[in-house]
Amino acid sequence: MGNQTEKSRYELNKELAQMLKGGVIMDVTTPEQAKIAQEAGACAVMALERIPADIRAAGGVSRMSDPAMIKGIQEAVSIPVMAKCRIGHFAEAQILEAIEIDYIDESEVLSPADDVYHIDKTQFKVPFVCGARDLGEALRRIEEGASMIRTKGEPGTGDVIQAVRHMRQMNREIARICSMREDELFDCAKELQVSYDLVKYVHENGRLPVVNFAAGGVATPADAALMMQLGAEGVFVGSGIFKSGDPQKRAAAIVKAVTNYKDAKLLAELSENLGEAMVGINEQEIALLMAERGK
Amino acid sequence: MRIGVLAVQGAFAEHEQMLRALGAECFEIRQRADLSGQMDGLVLPGGESTVMGKLLRELGLLQPLWEKIESGLPVLATCAGLILLAERISGEEGRHLGTLPVTVKRNAYGRQLGSFYAEAEMKHIGMVPMHFIRAPYVETAGSGVEVLAEVDGRIVAVQYQNQLALSFHPEVSGDASVHRYFLRMCENRII
Repeated sequence: MGNQTEKSRYELNKELAQMLKGGVIMDVTTPEQAKIAQEAGACAVMALERIPADIRAAGGVSRMSDPAMIKGIQEAVSIPVMAKCRIGHFAEAQILEAIEIDYIDESEVLSPADDVYHIDKTQFKVPFVCGARDLGEALRRIEEGASMIRTKGEPGTGDVIQAVRHMRQMNREIARICSMREDELFDCAKELQVSYDLVKYVHENGRLPVVNFAAGGVATPADAALMMQLGAEGVFVGSGIFKSGDPQKRAAAIVKAVTNYKDAKLLAELSENLGEAMVGINEQEIALLMAERGK
Repeated sequence: MRIGVLAVQGAFAEHEQMLRALGAECFEIRQRADLSGQMDGLVLPGGESTVMGKLLRELGLLQPLWEKIESGLPVLATCAGLILLAERISGEEGRHLGTLPVTVKRNAYGRQLGSFYAEAEMKHIGMVPMHFIRAPYVETAGSGVEVLAEVDGRIVAVQYQNQLALSFHPEVSGDASVHRYFLRMCENRII
């Protein structure tokens, strides 16, 4: 079908992320939750055995989910299905590719399998999304073949402070590169440990070469609107939905908040009577900082 | 020329960029109040059709957009947009705008691994680069629907009066020929 080259495969993978923009990607652990998410307006779902808040509570090593469980979710919905593998665990990624997952999240939410190397994502046909705390991390993941980026935030906390910090940090560094003289870009590439071409792209376009979502700690429509106003192109919501009192209502409200993120009047309506939000933990109270995993 | 781009979810910014480069003015449609001004054409972009269909209903956009399309407003629909326009969606009960007499099959090429790139002849336009991303295709086209392009024997572009609908994404291809053709449709209606 057509003339398929590796380059066009990477382009198609980046373009799938473009189609997700302005949308909400929701963590789900069962086919029933996946259906609720789809009906509430999720543009994709992330299939995983335990949501980050429960991974955090349970402790221990967390790994890729059971393929049978992921397949159950693939059969339940028509929207794209994503799944997580451990950082550096290319064998888990191969398994996810074999079951035709739509997007792999090489994720710090799971226990890292490699403390030096991330997966060489250029070796895969399926697309990858990766977390980043700053521009250097984002560009290194893109160099390795990621076709979508998200902030790391601090998953499973219901605390948005880290996602905000990571998004602001990326914006600040992008602005700095835009304001550089062209002859300063070479040194900047060394500093960020990425290729000159990527730095030049950011300099010329004032943005990442791939879509950038917010993730980690988003729990309310207001959180989602905050991240969109800070420049996120869409939002991942993990524990925030199915750890809350009324998942269906909250999920639908967050979807609408992302579409009309600047309309405070509508946001006020959407925020009414959503029931209990997830309890959450402040960043000072957590023992394990997942965002520190992978550089 | 003032083109409204449905901006509830998906790749709407890419359409705007392309239309602006061709000299058209664009505005985003996110809620009912956005429909109050002049509109010479409408774009329904790529994205997730389930999400867009739901938001069209809940934001009160479905009925006014249906009326505008029925009264002849030129519309360019790509991928999810084609699904929004289709009269019938294969294997599903519901429909969204339902103004285009075709049956469309969603995710017709499978999951993301089935996404592909092709080049094919499009009637009235010429050779067009086509990016198919978890794309639908037209299973059957009703009477009066002109088939503009086929790839591997599947219908991937149709026109029915004021409605131009494609299963691929010209907005990410870097090739403006489809958008140029659409703007001509809008111009012809104004005159």
